[in-house]
Amino acid sequence: MPTAKITISYKPTVLDAQGAVVKDALHNLGFESVQGVHMGKYIELDLAPGVDEAQVREMCQKLLVNPIIEQFHIAIGPEG
Amino acid sequence: MTLAAPARATSSELLPLRWGVVVFPGSNCDLDTLHVLNDVLGQRAEPVWHRDTDLSVFDAVILPGGFAHGDYLRAGAVARFSPVMDAVAAFAAAGKPVLGICNGFQVLLEAGLLPGAMLRNNTQQFNCSWVNLRVESTASRFMSNCRPGEVLRIPIAHGEGNYFADPETLEGMKSRGQILLRYSTPDGKITDGANPNGSLENIAGVCNERGNVMGLMPHPERASEAIIGSDDGRRLFEGLIRSLG
Repeated sequence: MPTAKITISYKPTVLDAQGAVVKDALHNLGFESVQGVHMGKYIELDLAPGVDEAQVREMCQKLLVNPIIEQFHIAIGPEG
Repeated sequence: MTLAAPARATSSELLPLRWGVVVFPGSNCDLDTLHVLNDVLGQRAEPVWHRDTDLSVFDAVILPGGFAHGDYLRAGAVARFSPVMDAVAAFAAAGKPVLGICNGFQVLLEAGLLPGAMLRNNTQQFNCSWVNLRVESTASRFMSNCRPGEVLRIPIAHGEGNYFADPETLEGMKSRGQILLRYSTPDGKITDGANPNGSLENIAGVCNERGNVMGLMPHPERASEAIIGSDDGRRLFEGLIRSLG
């Protein structure tokens, strides 16, 4: 069963306040080497055979992603 | 202390318009909104279930506050596809008045009926508190009972009220007076300290280019009776009523 793995994150022009908070928290724990934290969403779709990336892209553009503030990446594999 | 009966003093002055208050699964400010419209302002307001598709009887439509569809995926992301939203879009396209309050504002943004998008509060915390709003523009009918520069005291209660729009969109909105309300100090100064959620330029309320669709994160229906602490919020409802009366 094909699976689409979609990662969604903020566009670079959008302030990722949550990422900034997590970075500070990591620094407070001693992990000073972390220079940036970017929080996002991960969505996995279980697909019927024959669904192509173009359709998944359409799902992203219509529902899963808000193009004003988010960017996304799709990886389709044969199974999850 | 005895509580006075709800004031109906203005019901004879205000034309009773017909208002439709859309109810999504998870909306929770519909009853307060209906109460203010019907009991305080003498209007004819009724709930509209999100699967209803006929808004033809209404003079104005409100999308109330709450957590439609649990705010799943993004606030308003699923509600914007409810059957009623086609009718709301047509209602707006015909130039009729639509007001989105808090979650309702989020739904209008996701539906593309208002420009911009909402992010999580930059504090990462849900903020329920009184705020001061400076009136920036009266470009929308809902603002016709307000004066630019005056300050309204209205409460907020939200976790995703951090308004964002890209620079080009923002400049266009400013040039057309679409920025209606900004978070301010009680004496009307726009400061970081007065910004409860990180919204760009302290933006709390906006309208579309035509001015018939307005959205704001604060809750005017929670500030329409002085006994609760402020009745500045009723000015928005009265503004629309008077502009159509």
